[in-house]
Amino acid sequence: MATVEARERRQPWILLSPALAAVTLLLFVPLLFIVVYSFWLRTATGADVVGFHLDNWQEALTDPFYRDILLFTLKIAAITTIVCGLMGYPAAYFIARAGGNRALLLLLLMLPFWISYIIRTMSWINILGVSGALNSMLLWLGIVDEPLQLLYNQTTVVLGLVHFLLPFMILNVYVSLEGIDRTLEQAANSLGATRWQSFLEVTLPLSLPGLAAGGLLCFVLSAGTYITPLVLGGPTDAMFANLVFEAIITQLNWPLGSALSLMLLAVLGVLVAIYNHFVGMSQLAKGFG
Amino acid sequence: MTEPAVQLDQIAKRFGPFTAVHPTSLDIPAGHFVTLLGPSGCGKTTTLRMIAGLLDPTEGEIRVKGNRVNEVPIHRRNLGLVFQNYALFPHRTVEQNVAFGLKYRNVSKEEAKRRVADALSLVQLPELGHRYPRELSGGQQQRIALARAIVIEPDVLLLDEPLSALDANLREDMRVELKRIQDRLGITTIFVTHDQSEALAMSDQIVVMSAGRVEQVGPPEEVYNTPANEFVARFLGASNIFEGRVADATVDVVALDVPIFGVVPVPAERAQGLSNGEPAKLVVRAEKLKLARPGTDADGAVSVDGVVEAVDYQGQVARYFVRTGESLLQAVNMIDDHPFAEGETASVRLRPRDCAALPGNK
Repeated sequence: MATVEARERRQPWILLSPALAAVTLLLFVPLLFIVVYSFWLRTATGADVVGFHLDNWQEALTDPFYRDILLFTLKIAAITTIVCGLMGYPAAYFIARAGGNRALLLLLLMLPFWISYIIRTMSWINILGVSGALNSMLLWLGIVDEPLQLLYNQTTVVLGLVHFLLPFMILNVYVSLEGIDRTLEQAANSLGATRWQSFLEVTLPLSLPGLAAGGLLCFVLSAGTYITPLVLGGPTDAMFANLVFEAIITQLNWPLGSALSLMLLAVLGVLVAIYNHFVGMSQLAKGFG
Repeated sequence: MTEPAVQLDQIAKRFGPFTAVHPTSLDIPAGHFVTLLGPSGCGKTTTLRMIAGLLDPTEGEIRVKGNRVNEVPIHRRNLGLVFQNYALFPHRTVEQNVAFGLKYRNVSKEEAKRRVADALSLVQLPELGHRYPRELSGGQQQRIALARAIVIEPDVLLLDEPLSALDANLREDMRVELKRIQDRLGITTIFVTHDQSEALAMSDQIVVMSAGRVEQVGPPEEVYNTPANEFVARFLGASNIFEGRVADATVDVVALDVPIFGVVPVPAERAQGLSNGEPAKLVVRAEKLKLARPGTDADGAVSVDGVVEAVDYQGQVARYFVRTGESLLQAVNMIDDHPFAEGETASVRLRPRDCAALPGNK
C-alpha cells in the first residue's frame, strides 16, 4: 500500500514521462550516435572505419577554414540579434500598449508562421532578384539603367534571418512588457519622472529579461541556420551549418560532419551557459522573485 | 479662512457616452484628511486620478493651492500617490525606491540620504533600506510606498484604496499608522475607499459618492448621524428605514408617524426640511435598535415586539434580523449575558433622539 507521500513523489515523474521518453529517444540517443560517429574514420573506398580515431576532431579544431566560418557565423548571428532587438522592442511596446487591438496585432504577428520558412526565405528572390519587384520598379522609374545585384550577400542573409526571427523577439519582449504593472510607470510619473525617464528607469529594466530571452533565441536560431545562407547568401557567405550539410549530404562524410555539428553545439552551449549565468546573476532578474 | 489646498470646480469626466463623474465641486482645506467614499463605480477613483493628473477632466477646473493644474503634466504636479497594489519598483531596493522622486528634485546626495532615512523611520521601517520589495510583507510594502510618496514633500497626498490589499488585522493597524503620519506631517490628504469604517475612523471630511455624484459632504459624525439621503444612510452602516408621514413639526421636534412604531418624536436638527403632513422616512441605525427581553422596563424608548428570525453571531456583537409584521428589522447589539436565540420573542426598542428623518417619496 503506497503512502500519500510516495504517490505525490511519483506524480511528477508520471506526468513527465511522455516528454522524457520523447527527449531520450529523439534527442539523446541520436546525439549519442553522432558522438560515436565523430570518432569513426572515413576512407577513400567509402566504408567507414569503426573505432576511436581523433582525426576528425583534429581537423575540425585546427583547420583555420572551420574557425573562420565559425567566427563568421557568430558575427552574422550577433548582427541579426541586435537588429531584431532594435526593431522588435518598439514593435512589442506598441502591441503591449495597443489596448483593444492587441489580439488582432498578435494574430498578425503569428500570420507568417502559417507559411513555410523556406518559402518565406525564397520570397526575397522575387523582391530583390534581378527581375524582382524592386529592380523592376527602379527600371520602370528610370532610376537605374540595368538591374542591381541586390541578392546573395551578407546583408541579404541578415535580412532573411531578421525576417524569420523578428516575431520570436517581439513575442518575448511583448510577454515581459505585458507582465509589467502599469501603475509602476504611473508611480514613477507621480514622483517626477517624465514618460521617457520612467521608461528608462522602470519599464526598460523590467523588460530586459524578455529582451534577453528573445536575443538568446534569435542568436541560437540564426547561428544554427543553413537554409537562409543557402538561398540568400553568396558563395562566400556559407555559415557553419552549411559545412555540416556539405560534409554529411554532399561528401557523405558522416564522421567529419558529426564532429563539426558537435563543435557548433558545444560553442552555442557554452554561449547559452554564459548568457544564462549573466542574466541570472544580474539585479534585473531579482525583481521577478 | 485660508485658501483650500485643492479645489475642484465643476469637474466632470466622460468616457464616450458614459459619464463617470458628473460635474462636481469640492474644496479641500489645507491639512485636512478628506475621504472619497462610495461603492465601486461611483467615480471616486476617477476623481482621484483626475487630481493626480492620470486622467484629464472632460470639463471643469482643478486648482492646487489656487493654481489651475489641468494642463500641468503629472510629473510636474508634485503630488504623492499611493496605490492599492503598492507599485514599488521591484528591481530597486527599498532605499532606491524611496529616493526615486528625489532624483528629479535638486536635492544633494547627503540630503537625499537624510530624507530617505527620515521617511523610513517615520514609517517605522528604518532597518529595511537594503531589502528588495519582494522580501517584504504587504504591510511593509505599503509603508514603503507611503514613505516614497511623502519623501518628496508633496503638496497633496493621494491614497487610492491603500489598505484594501491588506488582511483585516493589518488593515486596522495601518489605519492608525496612516492617520498618525498624516497628523504628524499635517499634509493635505485625499483618501479613496469603499470601506465605511476606514472613512469614519480616519477622515476630517467624508465625501460620499454614488454613480458619479457627490451625495453628501461632512465630518464623519455628521454623515453618520444625519445622512442626507437614503443612499448615504444605507451605505454607511446598516440602517433600518421606515416609510411614514410627518405628524407634527415644531422648532424642536419633528414627530413622525411610522406604522410599526407609532409616533416617533425626532429632534429637529436630525430632521431638516420636513413639514406637516409630508411623507417622510425614519432612519434608525442597526446598532441603535436594541433588543430587550419582553416585559422589561422600556425606559421611555419606543418599543415593538418581534420574533428573532436569524442571528449572525460575531463574538462581541450579534446581528439580529427581527420580524415584526411585514418588516424585517436589523439590529446590531453588544452581547451581554447570552444572545437572543432564533425564534425567541424580543422587544425591539429605539430612542427617538438616535433616529434621523429624511423626506419621503412624494
